[in-house]
Amino acid sequence: MNLTATGPTIDGRSNDEQTGPAPGQATLPGRVVIEPPNRWEWVNLSELWRYRELLYFLTWRDVKVRYKQTALGAAWAILQPALMMVVFTIFFGRLAGVSTGGIPQPLFFLTGVLPWFFFSTAVSNAANSVVGSERLITKIYFPRLAVPFATVLAAAVDFVVAGSLLLVVMVGYAIAGYPIALSWQLAVVPVAVAVVGLTATGLGTLLAALNVAYRDVRYVVPFFIQIGMFATPAIYMRPTGNEGRAVEFLMAANPMNSLIEAFRAGLLGGPIPWAGLGVAAVGALVLLAVGCLYFRKVEDRFADIV
Amino acid sequence: MTAAIRVDGLGKCYRVAQGGHRVRYRTLRESLVGAVSAPFRRTGSNGNRLDQADAFWALKDVSFEVQPGEVVGIIGRNGAGKSTLLKVLSRITKPTTGRVEIAGRVGSLLEVGTGFHPELTGRENVYLNGSILGMSHKEIDRKFDEMVAFAEVEKFLDLPVKRYSSGMYVRLAFAVAAHLEPEILIVDEVLAVGDAAFQDRCLEKMRQCASSGRTVLLVSHQMTSVRDLCDRALWLDRGSVRQAGDVRQVIDRYMTETAHQVTPGTWIDLTATPRIGDGHTVFRSARFYGAVDEEPPVPDGPLHLAVRIDSEAESVAGHLRVEFQLHDRYRTRLLTFNTCEARQPLCVRGGLTELTFRVDRLHLAPGRYGVNLMMGDATDLYDSVSEAFQLEVVASADGDADRWGLSSLVTRTVHYHATPVDATVRNRDAL
Repeated sequence: MNLTATGPTIDGRSNDEQTGPAPGQATLPGRVVIEPPNRWEWVNLSELWRYRELLYFLTWRDVKVRYKQTALGAAWAILQPALMMVVFTIFFGRLAGVSTGGIPQPLFFLTGVLPWFFFSTAVSNAANSVVGSERLITKIYFPRLAVPFATVLAAAVDFVVAGSLLLVVMVGYAIAGYPIALSWQLAVVPVAVAVVGLTATGLGTLLAALNVAYRDVRYVVPFFIQIGMFATPAIYMRPTGNEGRAVEFLMAANPMNSLIEAFRAGLLGGPIPWAGLGVAAVGALVLLAVGCLYFRKVEDRFADIV
Repeated sequence: MTAAIRVDGLGKCYRVAQGGHRVRYRTLRESLVGAVSAPFRRTGSNGNRLDQADAFWALKDVSFEVQPGEVVGIIGRNGAGKSTLLKVLSRITKPTTGRVEIAGRVGSLLEVGTGFHPELTGRENVYLNGSILGMSHKEIDRKFDEMVAFAEVEKFLDLPVKRYSSGMYVRLAFAVAAHLEPEILIVDEVLAVGDAAFQDRCLEKMRQCASSGRTVLLVSHQMTSVRDLCDRALWLDRGSVRQAGDVRQVIDRYMTETAHQVTPGTWIDLTATPRIGDGHTVFRSARFYGAVDEEPPVPDGPLHLAVRIDSEAESVAGHLRVEFQLHDRYRTRLLTFNTCEARQPLCVRGGLTELTFRVDRLHLAPGRYGVNLMMGDATDLYDSVSEAFQLEVVASADGDADRWGLSSLVTRTVHYHATPVDATVRNRDAL
C-alpha cells in the first residue's frame, strides 16, 4: 500500500525518476501554473482582456434578465428617475422652495437624480454580485472581477436609457423657450459620467469582495446609500449663502457632489467645479486600485467561503 | 514528452468549525475580535487547540502526472478529495501547498449547465453558457446548429429554459459543454444525468473526445464507465493517492479493499465511516442475513437488511426516505429498496430506531455485492454512506445452479410449458 509519501505518477514511476522543474524556472508559453496564493498580487489585465466577451455576455444577461418578466420592461429605467424628479419638484421645489440657481426645477432635479441613480444602482448591485454568482464561482474558473464589472456596465446601460428622458425634457424646455446653450462645456459630461462609473466600480468591487467574507455588507450598503443621497446636496439643492467651513469641506470630500455639479454644469451651463472634479478623478482611480487589489487578494478564497 | 498535467505535492486545507461543518463565512465582528485577540492566542491554551482542530486537509501531498492524450479516471469514496482535486486543477480554488503545471487549454465541466439562467431562452443560454465555458462568440456561432441538433430542442429554442423539461434542460446544457474543444478536459460525474439513452450518447461523445487525442480527467463512481473510457486510474483515499496505474488493476484493488465483508447477522459499526449529508439523522450500524439470522442469503431465498438510525429530531414523520442500493463490483446498480416504494409512511421518533427490510426473493446470482445507504426527505440528504458494507450471496444448498455455471447476474424463476406442434400447422406457418 503506497500512501504516497513519494507520490506515484500515473505511469507508475516514482517521483524520484522525474526531473521536476527547479524553483523559479521559466515556464513554457501556454502553460498554466497553479500555486498557493500569494499575499498581494496585481490584477492580471491581459487575462481580463481575453475574457472580454464573457464580460459582455454577463452584462447582457444582467440587463436582459432584469426586465424580462416585468410588465413595463426597460421603461423602469426611465420611470424611476422620472418619478423621483416629480417628487423632488413638488416637495423640495414647490413646498420647501430650495434654490436651484435659476435652473428650471425639473431639469435641475433630473440632472442630479440621473448620475446618482447610476452610482447607487451600480454600487449596490456590484456589492451583491459575487455572492449572487455563487453557483458560477464554485463551478468554473474565469477572472472573478468580471462579475462586479459586469453589474456596473449593466447599470451604465440603464443610465443611458434613462438619459433619453433627460434629452426629452431638455428638448421640451428648449422648445418652450428656456435658453439651453450647448457649449464646449458638454465635453465635461462624459468625463463626469466616466468618473462616476470608475468610483462606483472601485467601491462596488471592494464591497463585493468584503461581502463574501462578511455578510454584514449586504445590510450596510442600502443604508449608506440612503444616507449618501442626503449627504450629496447637489442632487436636490444648490447651496446658497455662507455655510461654515466644515460643511464646505465635507461637501468637497464627497466626490459625488462635485461630479453631479460638473455633470449639470456641462449640460446646462454654469461654473464647472474643476478642483472638485480633479479630486474626484484622483479619488476614483485610487478607489479603483484599492478595490481591485483587495478583490484580487481575497478572490482565491471566494470558492471556499462563498 | 512534456506532461499535460503535472501535479507536485498538492495539498488543500480547509478551516472546519467544531462539529465538522465547514466554516461558511465570518461576520465582521468575529474578524475584528479575532484580529484583536490574535497576539494573545499563542499564550492562550484554548487558542492553540482550536487551531489544530480547525484544519481539515481535503488533499494531502498529491503528486501525479498525466501525459497528453491520456484518459485518466479518478476514483475513491465520497470525501476522498476527488472534487477538490478537480477544483484545484480547474483553478476554481487555490491549493494550500504544492504546485500544478498544466500545458494546454483547459475546459472543465464540474456541473452541467453552469450559468444557465432560467429566464433566458435556450438560444440565449447557449451563448451565455458557451462564453462562460470559454468559447468565443464566433466559435459558438459555428457550432450552434450542431449543439442544438445534439440536444434535440430545435422547436423550443426561443422559449425560456424554465419552461423546459428537466431532460431538455440537461440535454441542452450538456450539448454546449460537449462542443467545447479544449486540449484538456476535466469532468466531474456529469454522466450521471439524463435518461439512459442520453447517457449513452454522452458516453459516446466522451469516447470521441478521448479517441481524438485529447487529455481527459474524469471523476466517476460508475466503475463501468471509468473502465470503458479510461486507460489509467488514480485512486484517492482520504486526500492522498492510494494507487495509480492501469485502470483495471486500480479498480480491482479498489473494489476489494474498500469492501467491508462481513458475516451475516452481525452488526457493522458505521459511525466512523466517511459519509456526506447534513447529519440530521444518521446511520449507526447495519446488518444483513438470509432466511434466518446468521445465515447467508441465497439466490432464490429472502434477504433481510437492517439498519439502526439515530435522529436528533423529536420525531421524523412520514417523509423519511431510507434507501439501500445494491451494486456489483463495477458499481453497476442492480437493486434499490426504499421506504417510499413500500408505500407505507415511515414515522421515526427521536433517538435510536431499528429498521428492517425484507425482500422475499433476491434473484441475484452468487457473488459479492456492495451496499450504499442513503437517508433523507424530499429536500435534504441526511446521511449517505457509499459502500457501507459488502454482502455475499452464496449458492443454494441444492447447488443445482452451479451445474450450468450460473453466468448471469440476475436469476429469475420462470414458468414454461411445451406443446407439440403438428406437421401440417408447421408447414402452413412457414409459408
